Amino acid sequence: MSKPLLGLLLGGVLGIFDGLTAYFTPEARNQLVGIVIGSTFKGLVAGLSIGFFARKVSSLPLGVLFGLAVGLVLAWVVAAMPDPNGKHYYFEIMLPGALVGAIVGYATQKYRAQRTATS
Amino acid sequence: MRWLSDKTVRHLKRVAEWPDLGETKYRPLKELGRGGMSTVYLAEDTVLGRKVALKVVSTAAARPEIVERMRAEARVIARLEHPGIVPVHDAGMLPDGRVFYAMKRVDGKRLDELARAMALPERLRVFQRICEAVAFAHAHGVVHRDLKPENVMIGPFGEVLVMDWGVAKVLADGAGESSVSPTWAPSSSSTAAGTIVGTLAYMAPEQAEGSTDRVGTPADIYALGAILYFLLARRAPFDAEAAERRARGEARLAPAPPRRIDPDVPRPLEAIVLRAMAAEPHERYAAASDVAAEVARFLDGERVVSHREGLFERAERYFSRYRTPILLVLAYLVARTILFFFARG
Repeated sequence: MSKPLLGLLLGGVLGIFDGLTAYFTPEARNQLVGIVIGSTFKGLVAGLSIGFFARKVSSLPLGVLFGLAVGLVLAWVVAAMPDPNGKHYYFEIMLPGALVGAIVGYATQKYRAQRTATS
Repeated sequence: MRWLSDKTVRHLKRVAEWPDLGETKYRPLKELGRGGMSTVYLAEDTVLGRKVALKVVSTAAARPEIVERMRAEARVIARLEHPGIVPVHDAGMLPDGRVFYAMKRVDGKRLDELARAMALPERLRVFQRICEAVAFAHAHGVVHRDLKPENVMIGPFGEVLVMDWGVAKVLADGAGESSVSPTWAPSSSSTAAGTIVGTLAYMAPEQAEGSTDRVGTPADIYALGAILYFLLARRAPFDAEAAERRARGEARLAPAPPRRIDPDVPRPLEAIVLRAMAAEPHERYAAASDVAAEVARFLDGERVVSHREGLFERAERYFSRYRTPILLVLAYLVARTILFFFARG
């Protein structure tokens, strides 16, 4: 499995779980499906870009930092979209989003991609 | 009549000893070191234009058995082509009948001199390299029999070289055996004449008992444990007094556990030392590569097989191995919990 693929899968899975945590926020419960879809998409995009970064740059601190930054930026894009009441959830979306990005950054840096021999 | 001073006598001896290399391709430059039976010179290989270390039998020791021993030593080292073993380039005889062999010149420091300044992971990585060289020798049927920090050189680029194979024993395909020197050890600081080969402070009990026929690869495993002991406790497993007691019949004397010397020594490493230094050969590691593998497990944060760790110790090991992901997941969970209560408030 390549690093971008790992990033894509891990970002997607963590995105689903991150989205599902909205269930614990009563006012967001009725928008759960939309939140999970959005969070998963955000996770996929973040994971893929973090995976590509890990393929180019081999450094654990930089990988974690890049994941944190990508997670933060994508979460900001999502948080910039207001809910039906016009309210923004910057803190609630950006903090966990950045941490999920950092986790994906760590995993993609630690993962050693298997090389297939070519003749 | 005037007596010659000691200094003059020493000088005359040195001049008399100076090897006549006229018929060889070597040109002696200076004396590097002197043992009981041989002297090592820095010499220049005039054909290849490189400097080599030349080991020459001392004039006083040039007896047939010593000459044969030197030849055998050169042959033993020559069959061990490994990056961790100093290579022999050439062997020959001087016009006066003295045997010599040329080996790679190592510009390094001895492990016992360097170890104190090295961090623990660095010391352990050096130790792994020693184990690899010894494992290679064992695979080729050679037992070193005098492994100790003084016989390990660290080169300027970090290369690790196991030196002084002068008392090595050749195990002939597990059937017959032959020794480079069954009863004599030029480099040994504490050997009982006639029977004991090696250095008592690092010597396996069966070796210290003088039963040369029982000395095999487990004796080197014991010495590896003793070297690891030195690297952890920064002293030999047995001091001069204890080494004397071992020579006087208490060969199975157990060393003080390294943590008693230095409580900061990690328990898994102590367990490796104590297993490698078990009094009974069958209780030790089966191979030098097994000792290296155990140290590698410790360095990788994995469980050391010889050590039974408690629950807290295991948790500590897991935490130090997976510190970053654990902290990241914890941070995420803490953030989610805070946000949950934040939203309810």
